[in-house]
Amino acid sequence: MELITIILAGILMGAAAYLMLSKNLIRIIFGTAIFSHGVHLMFLTMGELKRGAVPVLDENVEAYADPLPQALILTAIVIAFALTAIILVLALRIYKELGTNDIEKMKGDPYAD
Amino acid sequence: MTLIHLAILLPIIAAVIVGLSKKYSKRIHTGWLVLPVPLLIVIYFLTLIPDVNRHDVLYHSMNVMPNIGLNFDVYVDGLGLLFAILISGIGALVVLYSIGYLSHREDLTSFYIYLLIFMTAMLGVVLNDNVLGLYLFWELTSISSFLLIAFWYNRERSLYGATKSMLITMGGGFLMLGGFLSLYLITGSFSIREMIAQVDLIQASELAPIAIVLILLGAFTKSAQFPFYIWLPDAMEAPTPVSAYLHSATMVKAGLYLVARFTPIFAFSELWVWLILLTGLITLAWASFNAVKQDDLKAMLAFSTVSQLGLIMSLLGLGALGVHTGAAEELFTVAIVAAVFHLINHATFKGALFMLVGIIDHESGTRSLKRLGGLMTIMPITGTMTAITAASMAGLPPFNGFLSKEMFLEVMVNIRHADFSFLSDVSILFPILAVFGSIFTFIYSVILFKEVFLGKETEDTPKTPHEAPWLMLASPLILSLLVIVFGLFPNILSQTIIDPAAMGILGTTTALDTQIYHWHGFDSPALWLTVFIIVSGTLLYMTRHHWMFIYEYHKEHFTLNYLYDRGLVYSRISSKQLNDKFVNGNVSHYLAYVLGFFVIVSIYTFIVNGMAIDIRTASPITLQEMIVVTIILIALAGILVVKSRMVALILLGSIGFSMALLFVMFRSADLGLTQLAIETVTTTIFLLVFSKLPDKESYKYSVKLNIPHLIISVGVALTAIIIGYSAYSNRLFDPISQFHIDNVYDLAAGGNMVNVILVDFRGFDTLFETLVFAIAGLGVYSMMRLRLNTKKEGDDHEEHIDESRL
Repeated sequence: MELITIILAGILMGAAAYLMLSKNLIRIIFGTAIFSHGVHLMFLTMGELKRGAVPVLDENVEAYADPLPQALILTAIVIAFALTAIILVLALRIYKELGTNDIEKMKGDPYAD
Repeated sequence: MTLIHLAILLPIIAAVIVGLSKKYSKRIHTGWLVLPVPLLIVIYFLTLIPDVNRHDVLYHSMNVMPNIGLNFDVYVDGLGLLFAILISGIGALVVLYSIGYLSHREDLTSFYIYLLIFMTAMLGVVLNDNVLGLYLFWELTSISSFLLIAFWYNRERSLYGATKSMLITMGGGFLMLGGFLSLYLITGSFSIREMIAQVDLIQASELAPIAIVLILLGAFTKSAQFPFYIWLPDAMEAPTPVSAYLHSATMVKAGLYLVARFTPIFAFSELWVWLILLTGLITLAWASFNAVKQDDLKAMLAFSTVSQLGLIMSLLGLGALGVHTGAAEELFTVAIVAAVFHLINHATFKGALFMLVGIIDHESGTRSLKRLGGLMTIMPITGTMTAITAASMAGLPPFNGFLSKEMFLEVMVNIRHADFSFLSDVSILFPILAVFGSIFTFIYSVILFKEVFLGKETEDTPKTPHEAPWLMLASPLILSLLVIVFGLFPNILSQTIIDPAAMGILGTTTALDTQIYHWHGFDSPALWLTVFIIVSGTLLYMTRHHWMFIYEYHKEHFTLNYLYDRGLVYSRISSKQLNDKFVNGNVSHYLAYVLGFFVIVSIYTFIVNGMAIDIRTASPITLQEMIVVTIILIALAGILVVKSRMVALILLGSIGFSMALLFVMFRSADLGLTQLAIETVTTTIFLLVFSKLPDKESYKYSVKLNIPHLIISVGVALTAIIIGYSAYSNRLFDPISQFHIDNVYDLAAGGNMVNVILVDFRGFDTLFETLVFAIAGLGVYSMMRLRLNTKKEGDDHEEHIDESRL
């Protein structure tokens, strides 16, 4: 399964990179959200998958899945959410101020003044 | 730290004091505070003369950065001492002169700070044994020269001259550093003395020619040799005391010092001898030829300085020839003696001439030859001193310039006796160039005196000219007296200063016992050459209106200045074009560079180092998991192509929820729960934002396939996959997870390991994460409130999430 999740994570990151390279701010935000999915999946895979039970202490269980990547990913999910939220609102605000979500139109003319 | 170190650093210490005492020095000219510094130093160095003549080794080491070999090692021999005396002695005179020259209205504090920095830098260059230290001080002289040329920084010409001098001399200095490093590669030492000791190694090395060329480029740029001399005439925008000090007496001689210092190391090389000899003579001839056409007195003196530097340079080349052949040593030690002697003489007469021209400029308001004339009756003292020093420059007896000029001519004639590659075949060339240069030197010396002081008064000057105050006359007077004294009694110098310096250049300790005579008899070729120079120079001067037209053929497009200006313009244009092309304000471009670089570097690393994939330990694949993976892939493909943002958002949500499913399948229940909650909230926020964003701002236009972006994305995917596989296959450490599993109950009294890690083992981490979250929440809130006044969801979400993840 690790083989497949690594490839899936790679594809997620590649697709996210493609989205992030586009001009539209909404697509860029989609890209960052998808990128974090890819990273989380990669991270989880690095801790090896399905090597034991859910990491909740139990007398009868011999082996647990690796809890450390899970804890880290949990943090990462929340931070990724905060990031998505703030850039979404930023995009909204930018649209209100500049009337566009096209980052090429936002830059203006650097030699204007 | 010894007294010598202190002497070198004293000016810079004084600079700090001058800077700090700015407030209190309003009533007295700052120059009076500065004057004792060079005086003290020159007295100290004069007391060192007997020590050096006894060949005592004055070597003191001081560690600065020993790990990289950068030390402040002072080494005083005859050569270094001569320069040190020149620097501090002329320095004292220049400071005295500047007190009269610069008025209270100027920014005196800055002026003297720069001047003092220069003094330290220059002393550091000539007394340093460590080439890295020498390089640092060398560049410091360029910096202080830049600051001094640009002293009147609101004049455009000053800035132009300052920039030009800095670009050329610092560029050369940088190349010189390359030469030093090649020497280090050969000998493994940064000490000049140790390099001299290992001269056999250097001779055998293939790097030696590179080191020679690079070091000579440093010397030639600094000493304004052809074709790098173009910065010196423009450096004349500096205040005249600076021109007299830096750009004639001391700094431009740093290149000569460098050549002299490295003569024992490189004299074996034909390349070294040829380059120095030819560059020096061409510079001499070309610059003196050009000096004649100048109208500005300072420009004339600048070209004259260039040509005199060329003269000394060529003498040093001949001196190296003597060391090289060994056979005709007698003949060529004279060249070294002449070089040292002329170096001193040039400092005296040219320093004086600059100060005198400064006086003329100061008192009449112009330096243009066309507007000056007949000043002798008005400025008799200045006129007399100009006559003496100009005569010395022209090589007339009985002044000191005559003596060294004769030695120079004699050596140039004797070149035909040299047994050195094909030199004897072209030996006639050297006296011709030397005489050519000398004739024109004679002509401009005559012009300098005659056009300014004789003839009719022009009454065209901006100010009514009058004799300068004694304060300004004192320094040129001292120098003019030295011109006469050295001219009449040259042997007071020969054994005390010249011989030790020449021995330092030759690297010997055998005494030279130089005696300098005025009269060599009628069979001396130099005598007849001098007569020839005076006669033909006079004739050419008389008839100058008939031949001056040749300067008209000097087309602007073929000058070196034109080349420099165009080069500067084109390098600016092309760097701007390059910059505009790559730094174009387009964020996705930048991201493409970042990702592209990352992809190329990683893939290159994997190609070069190879990679091992070990997947034997992979866990089994189940059908449910494959279904979820397929859903994610389909949704992903959908997001890339759909034209509606709502559809894309639904697909994004399905990816998020599928991720939650995957987490659950991979035995991470907490992750699944969090992901579910977060995905719900994310989608909600997206919807809210969409409701505020009009749909016409759709994202249809960017759905079109972009091939370069596609390539980069595929590269990113591949790189991620490769890194993932190799990281998975090659574990460098045992995971630390077992510690958490073992201790989760004993240390933290909890059962859910993920939760315990978050709130206990890594509790601070989580605390700060909450802080980040709160800041994000505040950001969202303020961005909304600032104008829209509609939403408070931002804060609500935050609490929502914190609860849900626990």
